[in-house]
Amino acid sequence: MRPEMTAAPIDNSFRGSAARNAAARARLLRGLLPALSLALVLLAIAWLNPRAISYFGFNLMLNLAIPIALATIAQMFVIAGNELDLSIGTFVGFVGCVTATWLKDAPLIGVLILLGSIGVYALLGALIHLRNLPSIVVTLGMSFVWQGLAILVLPKPGGKAPDWLLAIMSFKPPLVPFPIIAALLIGLVVHFGLMRTSYGTILRGSGGNPAALRRAGWSLLKTKVVLFALTGLFGVLSGMALIGITTSADANIGNGYTLLSIAGVILGGGEFVGGRVSPIGAVIGALTLALAASPLLTFMHIPPDWQVAANGAILIIVLAARVLISRKER
Amino acid sequence: MKKLLVLGAFAAMLASGTALADTSGKKIAFSNNYAGNSWRQAMLDSYGIVTKKAVDDKVVGAADIFTTADKEVPTQAAQVQNLILQGYDAIVINAASPDALNGAIKQACDAGIVVVSFDGIVTEPCAYRVVVDFKDMGKQEVEQMAKFQPKGGNLLEIRGLAGTSIDDAIHAGILEGVAAHPEFKIVGSVTGDWDQTTAQKAVATILPSLPDIVGVVDQGGDGYGAAQAFAAAGKPRPTIIMGNRQDELKWWKEQKDKDGYKTWSASIAPGVSSLAFWVAQQVLDGRKDIPHDLLVPYLAFTQDDFEAALPKIKEGGVATHEYSQEDAIAAIKANIK
Repeated sequence: MRPEMTAAPIDNSFRGSAARNAAARARLLRGLLPALSLALVLLAIAWLNPRAISYFGFNLMLNLAIPIALATIAQMFVIAGNELDLSIGTFVGFVGCVTATWLKDAPLIGVLILLGSIGVYALLGALIHLRNLPSIVVTLGMSFVWQGLAILVLPKPGGKAPDWLLAIMSFKPPLVPFPIIAALLIGLVVHFGLMRTSYGTILRGSGGNPAALRRAGWSLLKTKVVLFALTGLFGVLSGMALIGITTSADANIGNGYTLLSIAGVILGGGEFVGGRVSPIGAVIGALTLALAASPLLTFMHIPPDWQVAANGAILIIVLAARVLISRKER
Repeated sequence: MKKLLVLGAFAAMLASGTALADTSGKKIAFSNNYAGNSWRQAMLDSYGIVTKKAVDDKVVGAADIFTTADKEVPTQAAQVQNLILQGYDAIVINAASPDALNGAIKQACDAGIVVVSFDGIVTEPCAYRVVVDFKDMGKQEVEQMAKFQPKGGNLLEIRGLAGTSIDDAIHAGILEGVAAHPEFKIVGSVTGDWDQTTAQKAVATILPSLPDIVGVVDQGGDGYGAAQAFAAAGKPRPTIIMGNRQDELKWWKEQKDKDGYKTWSASIAPGVSSLAFWVAQQVLDGRKDIPHDLLVPYLAFTQDDFEAALPKIKEGGVATHEYSQEDAIAAIKANIK
């Protein structure tokens, strides 16, 4: 890990313009990598099934990628602070169950529960910081708590998404499919917040060089709480978006999102440590994973016995390609 | 049973000869969410055998199988959406969730695709559901028990996976059966999860606290484990209803050879996947009178025919039956009231 690559504008101002240019070029390349892999997967899909490259096709292929993208952004915030969240999947499932029950039948209580769950996330951040606990252990434990709560809220599959949510998720804007607009919006909003504001820099710095931040007088407790609360917020958005698409919930609905979200962040150019993350990359990473795992696989007509293994192989190839290219960049 | 199979095969031959050409260009996809146990493997095998022949005979244009990598709902929802994009005319589905796939199922229906669910059914009204009459199966277990134990007595019930509709239906049927046969009394109930080892442990735990048991009513996949538990505890062997698993029927045969042991066996045939396929084909054929909820019979074996079926079941597998187009037409007819 090169410390100068971490988001510390103080460093940059002391360095020569040549070094700064090199760093900027490397960053640009990094930024282009996720887009490149997305383009590759799209090309493969276009070649296998040209019919999929249409307004209707993108709508169908990408609408389930929106909740994945939101969960990936959620995961990205904790990763920015050098932590991991193993509970995001079951948390999304819990939010889904609340959305399909309380949020529809008693919106006020539903909103309070969801806000409360974001509060729980913030408290977890504080706990992890104050007691210096490994986030993997804490969030693994929480994953069972969320799963249990989800089953309590919705003991058997069912419930129904609120009508306004269904309307939003099935919105059909002219020309550009809704999932693409949503992905752009998510990526740009988070990019602006995390990469272009001063507090966003502090947040990333808490993962990049916490010691320096503390010496400069910033509260690491506050940054961790904010990062975890943001994770909770985007987890809630992910669960709501998911239920808006599926129309009905299931306590196990989000379980797969934990690993998908981590893979999405890494594919999008993030690193596990050092506060190196890219919101736009993460969104693109999530889209790539969503496309590579399902549409590509379905269109390839692999014999059923091999489909499960092929799914894993595609993920490994996509992630390995990312690692290979970023090695070259160094 | 054997006669039925032969008849079925004969009917399939006839049917393939006389099939309407209407569906010969149609493509049917199978969306499956899990392939990790013997029942699901048998389900895929049956589906493969029947559809391969249907494609070879040009009854349908294509019948492809798609299995998701995990048991997750979003993955299967995405898979259904991709099948819509692939331009399939019908989707046969064993669904990960009865409700949470409804969004994707509705999209498929809106795109003019016929959706037929079975085993793991979907509640979206536009889809067809092929449902096995589990309640009748539970009731029938007690009816059969009354034949073997005319004097009545105490029964032990083994339940299936908690919280599933199948467990609920079989249990309701058993209760109904006991109500009709007051000579029987359920004195104990354990959860066996349709699994031999789980059932064996659960039965072994409860046995010491129970009075003498004359019969065990269960849900299939748990009969052999129950027999082991009774033998290990040194208790007299009760009449244990079986569930068509190979190890259960094998144990039954051993006991029968020894002292003429009698019982009955029933379960849902994994080959119901092939019935769902034919229902999809019939809908594509233009039939408008097919009810959206189709109740189909379960697969049962009696003292007379189980030995003939035993050699055909794979080691560790489960008895199945491949349905023909004629079977499907008969099942549809039986459901039109």
